[in-house]
Amino acid sequence: MKFGILVTEGPYQHQASDTAYQFTKAALEKGHEIFRVFFYNDGVNNGTRLMVPPQDDRNLQKNWTELAEEHQLDLVVCVAAAQRRGVLDASEAKRAGKDADNIAPGFRISGLGQLVEAGIIADRLMVFGD
Amino acid sequence: MSTLHTVSNSPFENNAFKSCLDHVTAGDTILLIEDSVVGARKAGSFGKEIGKALANCRVCALAPDLSARGIAADTVLDGIELVDYGGFVDLAAEHERTQAWL
Repeated sequence: MKFGILVTEGPYQHQASDTAYQFTKAALEKGHEIFRVFFYNDGVNNGTRLMVPPQDDRNLQKNWTELAEEHQLDLVVCVAAAQRRGVLDASEAKRAGKDADNIAPGFRISGLGQLVEAGIIADRLMVFGD
Repeated sequence: MSTLHTVSNSPFENNAFKSCLDHVTAGDTILLIEDSVVGARKAGSFGKEIGKALANCRVCALAPDLSARGIAADTVLDGIELVDYGGFVDLAAEHERTQAWL
């Protein structure tokens, strides 16, 4: 079965990203396909490679990046939500005249159309928010 | 045409769980995740409502979220099924759609 995953909350403030990650991992272990993980609103903060949580805590960005590498997941960050919160890739940073970018490996920036497409193509769209 | 309803907020915090209970129909399943699992306790005040839902629905709770909050399985209301993340995936696949009550 194809699953689409929507994450609307940032890391560490709420459990949504943790639950979404555990669900995604469990679905892959069961042989399901993850069509896309879409990060919206504060959820875009899961995609900054500059997070440095304590060593004995889970690193949510790293968890997502490693899962994406292992299973070729499509991790998409909403462009409008990302710009507001300072989550930028190289071309967005250049366009906005910023001196750095911070998008994490495995994540890409795109628009809401990607969420709509996930809703259409996936058999189930799982929403994780607060 | 069954629906899996997920509730994540504590029922003591907002009305998400109450709204969910008002909308479930026969054959649906309610899955309590994250802070909402505190509503599954025998000692809590939702026994009556959950009992009513159990008449024609399944009510489940995510076991890792119960243990993360120090809620032992034997203190959970009778009739509530405990599932792990794999069980969560199975529930999502078994039902035709999911509704997250945020």
